[in-house]
Amino acid sequence: MKLTLRVWRQKNADADGAMSTYEVDGISPDMSFLEMLDVLNEQLILSGEEPVAFDHDCREGICGACSLVINGDAHGPERTTTCQLHMRSFKDGDTIDIEPWRAAAFPVVKDLVVDRSAFDRIIQAGGYITAPTGSAPEAHATPVPKADADFAFEHAECIGCGACVAACPNGAAMLFTSAKINHLNVLPQGAPERETRVLDMVAQMDAEGFGGCTLTGECATACPKGIPLMSITSMNKEWLRATRKAAKR
Amino acid sequence: MARTVWDSTVGKKTVMAVSGVIMLLYLVVHLYGNLKVFFGLQEIDDYAVWLRNLGQPFMHHMWTIWLTRAVLVVAVVAHAVSAYQLSRRDIEARPSKYVHKKPRATYATRTMRWGGVILGLFIVWHILDLTTGTVHPGGFQDAHPYENIVDTFSTWYGNVIYIVAMLALGLHIRHGFWSAAQTLGVGSRTRDRALKATANVLALLLTAGFISIPVGVMTGLVS
Repeated sequence: MKLTLRVWRQKNADADGAMSTYEVDGISPDMSFLEMLDVLNEQLILSGEEPVAFDHDCREGICGACSLVINGDAHGPERTTTCQLHMRSFKDGDTIDIEPWRAAAFPVVKDLVVDRSAFDRIIQAGGYITAPTGSAPEAHATPVPKADADFAFEHAECIGCGACVAACPNGAAMLFTSAKINHLNVLPQGAPERETRVLDMVAQMDAEGFGGCTLTGECATACPKGIPLMSITSMNKEWLRATRKAAKR
Repeated sequence: MARTVWDSTVGKKTVMAVSGVIMLLYLVVHLYGNLKVFFGLQEIDDYAVWLRNLGQPFMHHMWTIWLTRAVLVVAVVAHAVSAYQLSRRDIEARPSKYVHKKPRATYATRTMRWGGVILGLFIVWHILDLTTGTVHPGGFQDAHPYENIVDTFSTWYGNVIYIVAMLALGLHIRHGFWSAAQTLGVGSRTRDRALKATANVLALLLTAGFISIPVGVMTGLVS
């Protein structure tokens, strides 16, 4: 396959960026999107140019490191991560636009790499449980109803890649934050911090400069892990409950 | 608690949802009353007088109406201020646009902000036209809605402003009602279809219902 790539190039956080056009040839349809970028970078290095910086780690679709907005879609045209996207999703001769996640809370570090530490700070605000550490407890010691376990697991699938923020026209982190809150709030292990978790994490989300939710549903459409839009509804419910409880105290 | 709600994006959306539902409930009652225009002059003009005396002898003449107005003003202001502040925040949260643009979301969703502005301007005109009579074409008569309605919808601009605003209202309710349910945490997977259907039915009924009035005047059904 022969492709024309238009890639966002930006020297550093302070520099202005622009789209640069590159041609790549000999791309196999079985290559992943990141392997295709590796080919481009080899080409750039050989010609003495600066390679394109992009985030990647496991390349198995489970770590949440890879990003990229491909032709206007976070993680590209398939519902998966960029590393699991294959070149067979494109046609020979295509022009592909590759841009970084765009949000005020995700500043560009270089080229296609953005700083997602805002997500880490949201997790630090309450995305954990205060449980005794040590070896894993006996699974039957704390019974969890099947429906709750399924609900928790569905939200625990979030890998924190930030595609929801990238896709949201408001740069909102509602889907990420709600997935993390719901995952723990429904379980008995998360119950002691049920109220403080939702209040603190939402407050941190706002403090990071993410936008608000207008329920466009773009986040859930872009999510490679299929976190449902209703996740936000559940978080709103938890937030209202916690606010009422805090007022009574 | 008020501080927590107002300072949070989730809380401010709650303010929007609650004020939106209050305005929606008012609109349903408002439409119901307005449709009396099709039963003739006597019926709707009597209804207008009844409204002014509603709640008597407990309430003084016009008190119920002023109470309703007070609630509505608070709702409109709360809704608009929250919308403005949240929109500003949303725009700041996405300072640079994507080079590769794609059409996003449904038409109703994309037009919430401008649709809201149109509705706000419409409300100002509507009050000046049919409540205070300031910009009313022809002689405005208090407590004579039938004559006033005929006056307004006998002008081309009255019809245009009204019909455009009612179409904007339908779109606004279509996305707004369902969104309010999500914001208030009452949405769920099992209820989603019912909520979307209710939003569509409400939007359609209110738009068609209100538009039927200028159409009635234009076709001579109301004259």
